Amino acid sequence: MANNKNVIIRIKRQANPTARPYWEEFELPWKPGMNITSSLMDIAANPVTRDGKVTTPITYDSNCLEEVCGSCAMVINGRARMACSALVDKLEQPIKLEPFSKFPVVRDLSVDRSVLFENLKAVKAWVPIDGTYDLGSGPRMSAEDQESAYPLSRCISCCCCMEACPQFNESTGFVGAAAISQVRLFNTHPTGAALKRERLAALMGDGGIQECGYAQNCVEVCPKDIPLTRSISEVGREVMKQAVGDLFRK
Amino acid sequence: MIGGGLAGLAAVIKIAEMGGQVDLFSIVPVKRSHSVCAQGGINAAKNLKGEGDSTWQHFDDTVYGGDFLANQPPVKEMCDAAPGIIDLLDRMGVPFNRTPEGLLDFRRFGGTLYNRTAFAGATTGQQLLYALDEQVRRYESEGKVKKYEGWEFLSVVLDGNRVCRGICAMDLRSMEVRTFPADAIIVATGGIGAIFGKSTNSVVCTGSAQSALYQQGCYYANGEFIQVHPTSIPGEDKLRLMSESARGEGGRVWVPKTPGDKRDPKSIPESERWYFLEEWYPKYGNLVPRDVATRAIHKVVYEHGLGVDGKPMVYLDLTHIDRKILDRKLEGILEIYEKFVGDDPRDTPMKIFPGMHYTMGGLWVDFKQATNIPGVFAAGECEYQYHGANRLGANSLVSCIFGGFVAGPEAVKYGRNLAAASSNGHFDAERKRQEEINAKLMKAEGNENPFLLWRELGDEMTKNVTVIRYNKNIQATDAKLVELLERYQRVNLSDRTQWANTTVVFTRQLYNMLQLARVIAQGAAMRDESRGAHYKPDFPDRDDKNWLKTTKATFAPDADEPRFEFEPVDISLIPPRTRKY
Repeated sequence: MANNKNVIIRIKRQANPTARPYWEEFELPWKPGMNITSSLMDIAANPVTRDGKVTTPITYDSNCLEEVCGSCAMVINGRARMACSALVDKLEQPIKLEPFSKFPVVRDLSVDRSVLFENLKAVKAWVPIDGTYDLGSGPRMSAEDQESAYPLSRCISCCCCMEACPQFNESTGFVGAAAISQVRLFNTHPTGAALKRERLAALMGDGGIQECGYAQNCVEVCPKDIPLTRSISEVGREVMKQAVGDLFRK
Repeated sequence: MIGGGLAGLAAVIKIAEMGGQVDLFSIVPVKRSHSVCAQGGINAAKNLKGEGDSTWQHFDDTVYGGDFLANQPPVKEMCDAAPGIIDLLDRMGVPFNRTPEGLLDFRRFGGTLYNRTAFAGATTGQQLLYALDEQVRRYESEGKVKKYEGWEFLSVVLDGNRVCRGICAMDLRSMEVRTFPADAIIVATGGIGAIFGKSTNSVVCTGSAQSALYQQGCYYANGEFIQVHPTSIPGEDKLRLMSESARGEGGRVWVPKTPGDKRDPKSIPESERWYFLEEWYPKYGNLVPRDVATRAIHKVVYEHGLGVDGKPMVYLDLTHIDRKILDRKLEGILEIYEKFVGDDPRDTPMKIFPGMHYTMGGLWVDFKQATNIPGVFAAGECEYQYHGANRLGANSLVSCIFGGFVAGPEAVKYGRNLAAASSNGHFDAERKRQEEINAKLMKAEGNENPFLLWRELGDEMTKNVTVIRYNKNIQATDAKLVELLERYQRVNLSDRTQWANTTVVFTRQLYNMLQLARVIAQGAAMRDESRGAHYKPDFPDRDDKNWLKTTKATFAPDADEPRFEFEPVDISLIPPRTRKY
């Protein structure tokens, strides 16, 4: 497609959370290295559809444009992914852009993903330090432990794993892979482990880890290649162990 | 708290710990703040490599690297505090790289001869921001912090005595303009990259909040000092940073000795490559400070005509380094190059070029992070305090956290001693003023497109007010800025709806960018010397006699332009010496 002079992009738009969605098609001059975010910027500079109708710039979330802030997630040609790292030359045309389907639409391609941040609160995804005053150095950690924690800590909260998950929907209330993987991260940290029981308890019952149907879509779409399914199975085992233990303690 | 990057979150944590109550405003969810983009690491003289490093040496490198423009006492405090900050971050769970013994690993960065930079792969900023974000989330769940994410700061509410009583902000979904009372506010709104069009900064880094405060009476200091990072990846939507850590881990910068050499870089023999940084700066080599490396690359490309493929690009080569080491220490940045350029930098040298990266200048603050408006504090990149005329790599993260740690408690102290305002009328007045700006923009029937005006602004500023500066060109740029401000009065918004309207928000930011651009351009025009990142071929030397002083711009509302004054630099600890690497 690199030799095509123009790029055609179809965008599913929606004026506000309750409005009916509709499609608009845009045709942009091809530029080397163009990606979806640069295309959306070009549309903002000249918001005219392919058939010449004057329209409004597209509302979408974006910030760092280098796939580390997690803002610009959307569905591109049917796949949940980040718009900044979606290079036009590698996409089949016409390129189809849609907002995430499992989160409330704010406007156009922008959706409300605050549910993940609420989930991170529920699983206490933090290390409970005593305070910020000087308490000396942190716990010693082997290079090996650092190397297994670091990939988990690179989660950008984009929610692609949740969008792609067949179990993530209103009826299950499933917490999703991202939050479960954070539980694994903090439970393996020497100080973070202090809250291990509470974190595992938060993943029991409805919407908890048991809702996972092992479709493995999460690990497939994760832009950071986080071993999400491994996190789910490890945490799942811990949850089970704790649940059984709780049973005997009663 | 305005802004939820490293500086903002650091301040929030301190305030919550002191029992204060914080409202935290951010354009984006705080976890998506620009601090995530910092890659290479954070400096602290922990001296864990047996090199005899010390906090004094860190202080000296920072002051010298900044070409003696920074007031020295706060820089010393920051360097003294840095090892404790690393310990704290370590306790918060930042996955810093480790030595075989399980201690923190450190690498080298520009402008120093010591291994002083702690790092978490090549996504250190992300890891630091997450650690602070998690602690703030903990306080949020305890009810000590209330987040307003998706709100944009518009202005400070001042009482009749010009004392801060709160802020005016806009909900980016409903477009509602609302005022919020506060005993004190801290501004930590980061960089100003958007003024230069494309930069390594994130989309939200417009400098709009700083500019609004400058237009309301805050001093803006050393605006002319703009850091252009030597190694970025040019792109359609932005210039993506290629971290200095690539050179810290042994990366080498070179060009083919033959102009326009068409060969595959790997097949060009050593003898036909020019490692110009290593040749020109044998002591520091590829790790000279950023301003020095950037000028060298410009020289090789524009004066020697040796840009790769005849284009403004040079090679940054990692291919001689073991793949396993690269993956362990640099994976995050290699992945960026791979994803956005399509080549694997483990196999082929990267093509890079300097790009606008950081502002050393910013809101003027005193040693307690207080601006000249009572009740308005500032921390992080948006203030000017720690980096002088040029920032050293991996010093930004430490200055953000240290600045936040000072600003938070100082704001609490100030707030606890604050007498009540005599009336509340100023809130309504400020809200109406801001609503009228929106209403006027929505009605405007001109013919100027704000996005195109912005591109003109960025091109102009990048061309004339970055690496090489000539007075004639800067003056032409200032005239162009006046023209853009005049054309701004005739903007026409392509979106006039009242819900999640990004166009009206951007257009408001654009006005503030234009006003702040004049501070940068005029400051650059005035300073007839070369110091740190500010380089004028017509005045190639540092001139301490006339210019060892801080530039302070203040907005003159009647004239609608900046006025300048200068204040002496506190050089009480290290006498200025010639800067030569």
